Amino acid sequence: MKKMLSGAQILLEVLEEQGVDVVFGYPGGAVINLYDCLPEYSCRHFLVRHEQAAVHAADGYARATGKTGVAIVTSGPGATNTVTGLATAYMDSIPLVVFSGQVPTPLIGNDAFQEADIVGITRPCTKHNYLVKKVEDLERIINEAFHIANSGRPGPVLIDLPKDVIGGKCAKKKPEKPVLKGYNPNYAGHPGQVQRAMQQLFKAKRPLFYVGGGVVLGDASAELTELARRLKIPVTTTLMGLGAFPEDDPLSLGMLGMHGTYRANMAVTKSDVMVAFGARFDDRVTGRIDQFAPGAKIIHVDIDPTSISKNVVVDIPIVGDVGDVLQKMLEVVRSSDQAAAECVAGHDEWLEKVAYWRELHKLEYVRDEEIIKPQFVVEKISQLTRDRNPIVSTEVGQNQMWAAQFFTFTKPRTWLTSGGLGTMGYGLPAAMGAQVAFPDRLVLDIAGDGSIQMNIQELATVVQYQLPVKVIILNNGYLGMVRQWQELFFDRHYSATTMDHAPDFVKLAEAYGALGLRAEKPAEVEETLLRAFAHPGPVIVDFKVAPEENVYPMVPAGEAISNMLLV
Amino acid sequence: MRKHIISVLVENEFGVLSRIASLFSGRGFNIESLTVAETDDPTVSSMTIVTTGDDHIIEQITKQLNKLINVIKVVELTESTQMAREMVLIKFASGSGAKRLELLRLVEVYQGRVLELGPRSLVVELTGAREKIGTALKVLAPFGIREMARTGLVALGRDGAR
Repeated sequence: MKKMLSGAQILLEVLEEQGVDVVFGYPGGAVINLYDCLPEYSCRHFLVRHEQAAVHAADGYARATGKTGVAIVTSGPGATNTVTGLATAYMDSIPLVVFSGQVPTPLIGNDAFQEADIVGITRPCTKHNYLVKKVEDLERIINEAFHIANSGRPGPVLIDLPKDVIGGKCAKKKPEKPVLKGYNPNYAGHPGQVQRAMQQLFKAKRPLFYVGGGVVLGDASAELTELARRLKIPVTTTLMGLGAFPEDDPLSLGMLGMHGTYRANMAVTKSDVMVAFGARFDDRVTGRIDQFAPGAKIIHVDIDPTSISKNVVVDIPIVGDVGDVLQKMLEVVRSSDQAAAECVAGHDEWLEKVAYWRELHKLEYVRDEEIIKPQFVVEKISQLTRDRNPIVSTEVGQNQMWAAQFFTFTKPRTWLTSGGLGTMGYGLPAAMGAQVAFPDRLVLDIAGDGSIQMNIQELATVVQYQLPVKVIILNNGYLGMVRQWQELFFDRHYSATTMDHAPDFVKLAEAYGALGLRAEKPAEVEETLLRAFAHPGPVIVDFKVAPEENVYPMVPAGEAISNMLLV
Repeated sequence: MRKHIISVLVENEFGVLSRIASLFSGRGFNIESLTVAETDDPTVSSMTIVTTGDDHIIEQITKQLNKLINVIKVVELTESTQMAREMVLIKFASGSGAKRLELLRLVEVYQGRVLELGPRSLVVELTGAREKIGTALKVLAPFGIREMARTGLVALGRDGAR
């Protein structure tokens, strides 16, 4: 007779089969049986201080590694606390499997203690979710969940586990590949469409690559870089695409959109053929939609058919895995030397134009000897860590935009930021997750004094596990991005954006058992950063920065992206 | 804004109807009617959704439906490729004399059936294309409709249609 296992044991065995060695979680009554078995299995559990952070940590882990992140929480409030984390991962297409406890099946619907309809609540912010009704279904569902989370366009999957399912017993089966009637993502780009796209691209005089997070998620940076360099096509990346193309390459235009570079936004506006790779024409990228790439034939490569012609009607859609399509494009280039050479020769004037824009308005800020400029801090971090291949996470707002603009990203999976949902409080737990995956790498969270307080409790977690995350607070005493909008568009009416009761972050770090540092003068910045990087444990650095510094360029909401406010 | 009929095959699983309904509400799409029932395969249900929108919206609706894990197949049925029927049950006061005869005659014109004739009320069943039901209801309204239940459309592709 086959050995009978509990739901908890089956779950943990399937996690091992799926290669999961790290989970982030928080126990509670509904999952107590699961936690009882946890220490007997190989996967390491990290106890966070709030369930939202468990999901963000799993998310940071997933972005940094490409593997599926896993979190475990209890029922009711444990489950509802995961919603922001799930929505964050869903908007940015991050593969996660989140297990939530649930009250025993006979009590479901009875308003039992710590009951919440989490499957109903999370339906619109997960790629898929499950309520497991009997233990016999558990193994199949977990395998399906991992398959769904990390295939096609990735995303989070939630599995709700009633207590009697976790405690119930059945025989474990052999691992088998999930079969899903209604789910069969298309990876292979249509060769005919690729041909049409390449013919269009070869004819282009002012071509541009517009690169999104899909290239990072699809691990296709190498192919993208090769294609851009072979055909000498300038590349602009979205916030999510940072790192997909080396920013120290002369073809790099940096980020486009609301806070994009002058050259990137001008190149979009003047291009005649634009190829979008794994990008979704978000409103923060396009600005006024009828003025976005108005003269361009648009080719759109995306694994998700719903992304195509959703916001901008495209001329040549290619549904498929971006790596597959790029390889097919490279084959076309290799087999048509003549056309490729002519194509490159035809870009000279365009590349000169792009170089002119680059010089005309560089990414700039007004330097100051007396007061620390936040951009200066980010620039310094970038310079000082150039050889260390660091991972940078951010919170959301000005800190995020300055990090995106002034840090030079050269490698994929080194940039963790909540792009779609814009979740303040994401950075510290995400950095924690990345540090767990890469204990020896330098992991930084570039934060603001507002957003760091949204998940500040995770300092306890990083100290407990001695995760040497460096939190760099650009402390301007405001909710800076909203204040900037109020300054520019609401007559400086700073309603509810003054954070004049922040804690002393140095003392706070010490209270948690981390190192706290502070700098108030530009001359102290480098030394303070070097001290932080040299410290073996977690550090908070409080940089008192210029309170009313703004993020520029800026495209006012709803304007064409060529209408930039500049420094 | 044209009306569109979308036929959807889904896995007959708990929560599927709610996934479809929440997709429509979450993305601001309209549902004019929605019918759902098991097919000959008990693991598969068939839905007929009547919606409105321009071509761009209808394209998004079909793509978004296809993206749901539990959705097996989505077919947009255009007017020339579909047969669609709706059923309505109508309760009238049973009346008497010439008025009742006139009502029964009209029900016959619309190929309806009388399901029940009692001392107080008369229940009629009508089946047909949406337009026919609409016209019949207008014509029958003066007889005093007491209650009514409409099914919404069910539809199939025609012979030879994709």
